[in-house]
Amino acid sequence: MLYREAGQFKTSYPADQAIFPIPQDRWSLAIVLVAAFAVVPMVANNYWLVSILIPFLVFSLAALGLNILTGYAGQVSLGTGGFMAVGAFAAYNLAVRLPQLNYIVDFALAGLIAAAVGVLFGLPSLRIKGFYLAVATLAAQFFIEWLFTRVPWFTNYSSSGVITAPKMQMFGFDLSDPVSRYLITLCIVTVLTLAAKNMVRSAVGRSWMAIRDMDIAAEIIGIRPLHTKLLAFAVSSFYCGVAGALWVFFYIGAVEPQAFDINRSFQVLFMVIIGGLGSVLGSFLGAGFIVFLPIALNNAAALFGGALQADTLSHLELIIFGGLIIFFLIVEPLGLARLWQIGKEKLRLWPFPH
Amino acid sequence: MTQPPRKIGGTLLKVDGISLAFGGVKALSDISFEIREHEILAIIGPNGAGKSSMLNVINGFYHPQQGAITYKGATRSQMRPHEAAAQGIARTFQNIALFRGMSTLDNIMTGRLLKMKTNFFMQALYWGPALKEEIAHREVVERIIDFLEIQSIRKTPVGRLPYGLQKRVELGRALAAEPELLLLDEPMAGMNVEEKEDMCRFILDVNDEFGTTIALIEHDMGVVMDISDRVVVLDYGRKIADGRPDQVRANQDVIDAYLGVGH
Amino acid sequence: MADLFFFLEVLIGGLLSGVLYSLVALGFVLIYKASGVFNFAQGAMVLLAGLTFVRLTQILGSEHPWDGMFVLALAITFAVMIALAFAVERVVLRPLVNQAQIIMFMATIGLTFFLEGAAQGVWGSQVHRLNLGVSELPIIIGDVLLPPLDLVAAAAAAAMVAGLAVFFSRTRIGRALRAVADDHQAALSVGIPLQSIWVVVWSVAGIVALFAGLVWGAKLGVQFSLTLVALKALPVLILGGFTSIPGAIIGGLIIGASEKLAEVFIGPLVGGAIENWFPYMLALVFLLFRPQGLFGEKIIKRV
Repeated sequence: MLYREAGQFKTSYPADQAIFPIPQDRWSLAIVLVAAFAVVPMVANNYWLVSILIPFLVFSLAALGLNILTGYAGQVSLGTGGFMAVGAFAAYNLAVRLPQLNYIVDFALAGLIAAAVGVLFGLPSLRIKGFYLAVATLAAQFFIEWLFTRVPWFTNYSSSGVITAPKMQMFGFDLSDPVSRYLITLCIVTVLTLAAKNMVRSAVGRSWMAIRDMDIAAEIIGIRPLHTKLLAFAVSSFYCGVAGALWVFFYIGAVEPQAFDINRSFQVLFMVIIGGLGSVLGSFLGAGFIVFLPIALNNAAALFGGALQADTLSHLELIIFGGLIIFFLIVEPLGLARLWQIGKEKLRLWPFPH
Repeated sequence: MTQPPRKIGGTLLKVDGISLAFGGVKALSDISFEIREHEILAIIGPNGAGKSSMLNVINGFYHPQQGAITYKGATRSQMRPHEAAAQGIARTFQNIALFRGMSTLDNIMTGRLLKMKTNFFMQALYWGPALKEEIAHREVVERIIDFLEIQSIRKTPVGRLPYGLQKRVELGRALAAEPELLLLDEPMAGMNVEEKEDMCRFILDVNDEFGTTIALIEHDMGVVMDISDRVVVLDYGRKIADGRPDQVRANQDVIDAYLGVGH
Repeated sequence: MADLFFFLEVLIGGLLSGVLYSLVALGFVLIYKASGVFNFAQGAMVLLAGLTFVRLTQILGSEHPWDGMFVLALAITFAVMIALAFAVERVVLRPLVNQAQIIMFMATIGLTFFLEGAAQGVWGSQVHRLNLGVSELPIIIGDVLLPPLDLVAAAAAAAMVAGLAVFFSRTRIGRALRAVADDHQAALSVGIPLQSIWVVVWSVAGIVALFAGLVWGAKLGVQFSLTLVALKALPVLILGGFTSIPGAIIGGLIIGASEKLAEVFIGPLVGGAIENWFPYMLALVFLLFRPQGLFGEKIIKRV
């Protein structure tokens, strides 16, 4: 009885077009935000913050980026890792070479540089579609990885090829402790998520979905295909780029280009599939699932006496991931987000099933 | 034939000597006709006569090898479909071309895209001008939804709707663009009598209330004779007749084409 | 003259490794033609086949290439690949029939991970040497050195392609398969059993994978990196077109030759290791000019 729409009538279009038209949804979101901003920093220990929550947020952002491109605009990309790498290396170089810049400016510029690279590799999308485009994005993935490995300028001539994020300071405060790192990441992810949600529910989002659902019809009603697709590539790569920058500065601290290899691209793609193509919420659910699953497996293995070796465990992980992907595609191609929505619809109608 | 007299104006679009071929197959040869302001023009002909190809040429989807199109005084040999849309040509499709993953409301809203002026960054903020614009267009779209009597399916994903309603949503999307020229490709195909009557009423109302010029392809002769001001008949990619419904009905070539005589 | 010989050596080396790309691409084409499924798992199938075979020869105690146990291991691996085809049809394809291509594609990505995990989980992830009994001494013609393994592989691949061509053009099942490729629904309506066709194609693709696994395994050692070969098959497919068997062969040769030539002659100028991305860039540039591939048909847009 708690989740009901009955008796709630919208009397204006603004009310009907709010992000969450149902008050219960607004309340639960408020609770999640309060918990994330206020409660978590107080109760979570460093292990939770650094090894679970920060990567979860960073992955969510990357998944959101890919979801904009693949889920909303329908352009398959296997180059997510590459775009994350561009963001990471751009932010690093900006921080090292222009130390007077604020880090927030660094991240924004890094995102823009990633967006420019995304647009460059998105250009072929006018002529090629589907798998063909997937292969084209592989070109981006491998080329970018190679570039950062082979051209020492990008790593600031580091002998190991590893880039190390400088100590985080902003407005004179030291921000390198886990709680600050977590909070900054959370702020950036929250703002960008809100922006993404706004985009997908306004004109730009509708043109993306139109191109996704039927590109020919979209062109005939006046949508410019190249412009729309490139905008999707730009926004998507911006998000992935910022995620890459956050990865270096707030999560790992030091990375080599191989941290953003083809497997990273696949990992993010899985998040989007499992979470739900074309769903902002799904990006978070998918990222959560893939971040938590290995941890849950580890703990489950420990319960059974810890007899499993790391090697076996990683194979088991692959089997479970693969199996789950197939399972999800068969049972619910629209992912966890769709399951969540179905659950809500059922709840609205409860206790009458029809 | 009891429609109130409408002011049929001068030529809105003129098709002049259009020929179109795919590889060696001739789809259209040397077609010329005109569409006049505020009229309902029917394009008819047996299957494979080139009717859909003709519409595809008009809205820039196919580029003819020969001939020119004059629209609102400007002559062109080819243009991109989105340019045609920007100039006020909207259309529906024989095989429904809706965006299946989106709701009825969003589908019709896409018809307003060309009219939306706020830029991407304002939309990302969803505040101020962007919000105002979104609401303004929502109001226009709601009027179309009322007009087409599809209020109850506003938020339903169109992929789940029955065929007849999908056709209606598609008409709504085309209307949302407030076109000057509306091209309808078999708007009544596969409908039962009641649905056909509804659709006829909508077409006549659109023409009447907004003065929209309509060119439609239809197989149901009863409908064609009832609602159109003029009829163009195509057969094997050629024009065989052009005139008022009663003239066309009496034309010997047309009768032959439909009965299969003379080939 | 020495330069010319060197060039020839690089070119021939590239062409020979191209044959192997062709083989993997062939597996893709077979499945794509028959079911419209872009089978990303082809590389994982190569790994599974190679690993299963090499571990079986160890377990069965094969002492020389082509002794009794060696052949037995080959037969068992053969059976495993066919069993896999049945399982994939039952568990993955049948429930997903009529889904969008992209969903099928993603399902095969899931399958890839499942097979990679399963193959290594069962057989371990060490690198194994595989000896096919082909001499390692290079054959010298003029000043050009040719590795015999590559020559044997090329000859065998040619035989295999010829066999497949006969299979598809002359047999009943081959005709049925082409019908299915044209139109699922229509094929079903004239009584072609879709499911058994799928099992046949996936079995053939499995056998092609086994073959590729043996040859690549003998060359590089049987190990996880075999799956990366499958990624290299993608640009091959782009060049050749997804539905063309001759396209897969010629595309493979072009990719193989051009990546070796680029690596040897351009690589040193820009820092080396450009093999990793060169084929993709080549394919990308190619796509911009000919989106349908070398042998694909031009697509007419329809609404």
